[in-house]
Amino acid sequence: MVKLPIYLDNSATTPVDPRVLEQMIPYFSEKFGNAASRSHPFGWVAEEAVDYAREQVAKLINADPKEIIFTSGSTEANNLALKGVFEMYREKGNHIITVTTEHKCILDTCKHLGKQGAEITYLNVNDEGELNLQELEAAITPKTILISVMYANNEIGLIHPIKEIAAIAKKHNVLFHTDATQAAGKVPIDVQAEGIHLLSMSAHKMYGPKGVGCLYVRRKNPRVKVTAQMDGGGHERGMRSGTLNVPGIVGFGAAAEINLKEMIDEAARLSKLRDKLEYALMELEEVHVNGNREHRLPHITNISFKWVEGEGLMMAFNKDIAVSSGSACTSASLEPSYVLKALGLGDELAHSSIRFSLGRFNTEDQIDFTIQRVKDAVTKLRDLSPLWEMYKEGIDMATVEFKAH
Amino acid sequence: MAYSEKVLEHYENPKNVGTLDKSKHTVGTGLVGAPECGDVMRLQIEVDPETQTIIDAKFKTFGCGSAIASSSLATEWLKGKSIDEAMTLDNMEIVEELALPPVKIHCSVLAEDAVKAAINDYRVKNGMEPIKLEEKVVH
Repeated sequence: MVKLPIYLDNSATTPVDPRVLEQMIPYFSEKFGNAASRSHPFGWVAEEAVDYAREQVAKLINADPKEIIFTSGSTEANNLALKGVFEMYREKGNHIITVTTEHKCILDTCKHLGKQGAEITYLNVNDEGELNLQELEAAITPKTILISVMYANNEIGLIHPIKEIAAIAKKHNVLFHTDATQAAGKVPIDVQAEGIHLLSMSAHKMYGPKGVGCLYVRRKNPRVKVTAQMDGGGHERGMRSGTLNVPGIVGFGAAAEINLKEMIDEAARLSKLRDKLEYALMELEEVHVNGNREHRLPHITNISFKWVEGEGLMMAFNKDIAVSSGSACTSASLEPSYVLKALGLGDELAHSSIRFSLGRFNTEDQIDFTIQRVKDAVTKLRDLSPLWEMYKEGIDMATVEFKAH
Repeated sequence: MAYSEKVLEHYENPKNVGTLDKSKHTVGTGLVGAPECGDVMRLQIEVDPETQTIIDAKFKTFGCGSAIASSSLATEWLKGKSIDEAMTLDNMEIVEELALPPVKIHCSVLAEDAVKAAINDYRVKNGMEPIKLEEKVVH
């Protein structure tokens, strides 16, 4: 019997790997120094630890350690990238290009900048979540200063063609930022080879601690600068003041190193488990995988179970299996997932979706258990669903007059 | 979100799931909500024409746990009531009984609407005037 509950929500957060935790512990109390204290051994020890972690993090994306600006996480890194570029390059222009399926912290930052005089273009995606690169290029104007496209989408796992986007940005002399929160540590990233100028990532999505992340800011070809959003002691080359979270940074470094070492084998293992889950669930009728299945992260699948509502479905197993849903009922706004809607999914399919995101500590037994429980739940909920009954009777749902509530 | 015990109980063992023959003149059907809103309830009543009493009630619901529990509770509550009495159902009774949080109040409103739509369907089928319903503001 598998141990319950099973965690299949690794895109929300991951547990700290015990190997990472072990590295962090001395830096809470024994080696507690401030990395900015240059005058005594307590500070030197902390600084040395931060420098080492900076190298570990830089290696994960083939960057130079000096290009890593530690932050409190991806949200802060994304804010710093967008607001920092907008303020620094204001003279050059005020136009930013992004995508409708970005994470809220990109979209809301853009909205904020819009009020400060920025002009924002939100590119649409096709029904698989993919960008049209011609549209992207056509959106560039002489006023464009930044393109921000996420490396991989958090809801459907789709990986955007980062190298191609960077090439377009370079051709037009525009900066390119990518939010790699979901992708970093899961798939190989090379900021040199891919031509990325700015990149955000977060430790807690890769088996490191919460509350720490970084912004990669390119130093050469071109040298990129961002205006600090946090003023103070001038830490992190003046781009992010604030005493460094030494234990967190040590954990981030350790996590990055493990990910880099184990990435290829782990991606193969996870995609095998993910595919097993996906194929088994697709044996049910009227089940659809959302988003492109070819270019995506190895550990995510987003599935719509037609004619059952996502939250109602999750309730059948969420004491034992942790997943998340695009259903409105799980969000405070009562709106279904804007990402799935951007793919052109009808609201009813968006309401019926569940995201399974696998991780390092999931086993095949857990996946087998999940398959059975989810299949049983879908069957149970369909027996309860008037829409399923109508569908089985061959009624065309488009002809039914629903009274929108 | 944590669910109340009563919501869980109705969700795990929903009462009166099923379908009545809507072609029968003794059966009234209410279909409310819309798939794009994430809730659709179909609630049916069977009425004894002699006594105008509800002798059976069935439902099927596409929706979250609270929507399923609200409709399950409503069918329980309807059985044995006269159609006039049933028309007085107030959604707040469901909210209290199931301890629904504010974001789930719309589920109870939907159940109330489904009950009233079913009664009106029965009334119209049997040559009675439908009772005019007041709109409840939700969301």
